[in-house]
Amino acid sequence: MEGPRACPTPVKPAVVRVRDYRRETHDTFTLVLDPPATGGAAFRPGQFNMLYVFGVGEAPISLSGDPGEGGGWVHTIRAVGAVTRALARLRPGDVLGLRGPYGSSWPLENARGRDVVLVSGGIGLAPLRPVLYHLRRHRAEYGKIALLYGARSPADALYLDELRAWRAAGELQVLLTVDRGDPSWTESLGLVTALFDRADFAPDRAVGLICGPEIMMRFTQREFAKRGVADERLYVSLERNMHCAVGFCGHCQLGPSFVCMDGPVFRYDRIRTFFEIREA
Amino acid sequence: MTEPRAANPLFLPKSRLDDLIGQLAAAGFEVVGPRLEQQAIVYGPIRSASDLPIGWTDLQGPGSYRLQRRGDEAYFGYVVGPHSWKKYLFPPTLTLWHARRTGDTFTIEESNDEPPRRALLGVRGCELHAIAVQDRVFLNRAGQFTDPFYAKARQRLFLIAVECETAGGTCFCTSMGTGPQIDDPLDAHSAPRRGRHAYDLALTELDDGFVVRVGSAAGQDLVARLGLAAAAPEQIAEGRRRVAAAAQAMGRWLDTTDLRQLLHRNQEHPRWDAVADRCLSCTNCTMVCPTCFCSSVADVTDLSLENAQRVRKWDSCFNPEFAKVHGGDFRPSIRARYRQWLTHKFASWYDQFDVSGCVGCGRCITWCPVGIDVTEEINAIRAADGQRRLD
Ligand SMILES: Cc1cc2nc3c(=O)[nH]c(=O)nc-3n(C[C@H](O)[C@H](O)[C@H](O)COP(=O)(O)OP(=O)(O)OC[C@H]3O[C@@H](n4cnc5c(N)ncnc54)[C@H](O)[C@@H]3O)c2cc1C
Ligand code: SF4
Ligand code: SF4
Repeated sequence: MEGPRACPTPVKPAVVRVRDYRRETHDTFTLVLDPPATGGAAFRPGQFNMLYVFGVGEAPISLSGDPGEGGGWVHTIRAVGAVTRALARLRPGDVLGLRGPYGSSWPLENARGRDVVLVSGGIGLAPLRPVLYHLRRHRAEYGKIALLYGARSPADALYLDELRAWRAAGELQVLLTVDRGDPSWTESLGLVTALFDRADFAPDRAVGLICGPEIMMRFTQREFAKRGVADERLYVSLERNMHCAVGFCGHCQLGPSFVCMDGPVFRYDRIRTFFEIREA
Repeated sequence: MTEPRAANPLFLPKSRLDDLIGQLAAAGFEVVGPRLEQQAIVYGPIRSASDLPIGWTDLQGPGSYRLQRRGDEAYFGYVVGPHSWKKYLFPPTLTLWHARRTGDTFTIEESNDEPPRRALLGVRGCELHAIAVQDRVFLNRAGQFTDPFYAKARQRLFLIAVECETAGGTCFCTSMGTGPQIDDPLDAHSAPRRGRHAYDLALTELDDGFVVRVGSAAGQDLVARLGLAAAAPEQIAEGRRRVAAAAQAMGRWLDTTDLRQLLHRNQEHPRWDAVADRCLSCTNCTMVCPTCFCSSVADVTDLSLENAQRVRKWDSCFNPEFAKVHGGDFRPSIRARYRQWLTHKFASWYDQFDVSGCVGCGRCITWCPVGIDVTEEINAIRAADGQRRLD
């Protein structure tokens, strides 16, 4: 995990324009934004922005685009409540407020030369997609790469065309599963943890990156542990209530950590004690 | 607030306290200090010494607060009330910015709320430490983030500390190393884990006046304008004796040995269930605490929908919405909320800020409607260290 970097706008958002809107699934969409004039578009995979819809409110949303592209900022968002539904109504040319990027990032440096296993559930794939772009761009620097992704149903699965194209190109192993299939679904059925037996990686040199519902992350950690991947080589991205994203508002605390600034990406052994306490 | 001067203490006769207040006002400071309001001593504007709660004291116990006449005419003969100075640096409600629609876009202007230059009159030892604790939260946080309003308001403060000579029924500053005596800033390194602190002037009250210590260049300028004489050795000794007597009479005691580790390792202690049975999750303790810093923002618009603003308000880890995200609540039980508050204050705070989050002022004990006492809760956990709830 790499630490946060300085942000010039601790409380005041910049106003940015929507460059592109894409519907992903029945409840999930992607916005491509013009980066703010100041600061450029640089971010590290795992970081997030605070997106503000005029008069409605603000929500933390991960960057889910290609970190090496230098183009727009890409956010894939599931419409679940007031702010995310308002974000879903934005179209190219519309404006919104943005501050960031905030938070820690996935350990791309430490993972160099190792096998990388990415395990994600639902919208949890969005914060991991920048890692996949990075790994593909620097393919020779890494060992085996496996993506294990679970969604509720085929209609809920994100980025399917892109993932299948990457699989077809032979650059990484892509294992997909859904809780409930349909006649068109030819991939696995069941929990994401059931994909582990088919994942191709060497436990002694693997790094695991996990993002999804907390219950899924707990079971995923156990699968890694069973295969001998130590907690020191596992990373999780956590979600908490966030109002400020700069460690002032207090909402995101988990034991000694402020998830917004010490996370959202944590090396598992460093957050384990508190992550495993119920209602911590 | 800059370089402390190690000058000899001076003497300010009570009859001249108004001159000091007048000098501060003339220098452009809004002077605020203790006032009697609605049967409590709270902080508000002070125009002259007659605004002070002269001759009053406060009797405090768990869940109880009562004012009583003293037998003398002491100006600062009380302990601390429900207000803390944090309201001036971290206001209960603050507009952070305004947004306005213009054509097909909108603009955002940072709020230009300008905090005045303020002189705080009557800052206790625990309160000086509390300000130093919040400095660590809001200024240059992790080398990156500074709260702009806090920084401005803080820079404009003139701090007049007054040592406690009456110990409160719920105080435990001696346990936390924050009072009642106010250390010379030159000696501040003697309490390295409890936060730096500095004052402009520190007063020790005697029957007829105050022994005055100077802690900054601004303080030096002010006393120079007043032309004060040096305090006599007997006056200095009498002040020391009174403050030492308060230390002896402290209402509560907390054993802070390994406190951080003690609480971290007792997250499943049955005492959390016992306290949850009494706690109403009313948030009082967090509102009165001089170091609690949690807040929420609300984004609001006017009726035309053309103007929006973001308003920040104090929040509390006891509020049901506090740890909710879409699809769940990380701390649904009162047990977990109380544990969060206590373990944050007395344990995680050390991890986060290298200082205790509690300065021992006793407010949370006094203002808890059911009289929950943090020292008693912690002592109970220590007495049964390692016990786990059944489940
Ligand atoms: C670091 C991080 C990265 C994330 N990345 C993504 C992502 O890439 N894509 C994605 O779809 N989701 C992401 N999320 C989740 C996303 O932030 C939430 O789904 C979103 O905040 C829901 O907000 P809402 O208003 O639409 O939903 P609501 O259901 O209306 O609100 C959700 C809950 O949040 C609480 N809440 C939080 N902030 C406020 C506030 N300011 N005012 C009032 N209530 C508040 C409310 O109590 C409510 O229970 C991320 C979350 C975090 C912490
Ligand atoms: S926790 Fe209680 S005693 Fe400690 S500083 Fe806060 S209000 Fe005062
Ligand atoms: S401890 Fe007391 S003051 Fe604090 S929330 Fe519970 S009942 Fe209220």
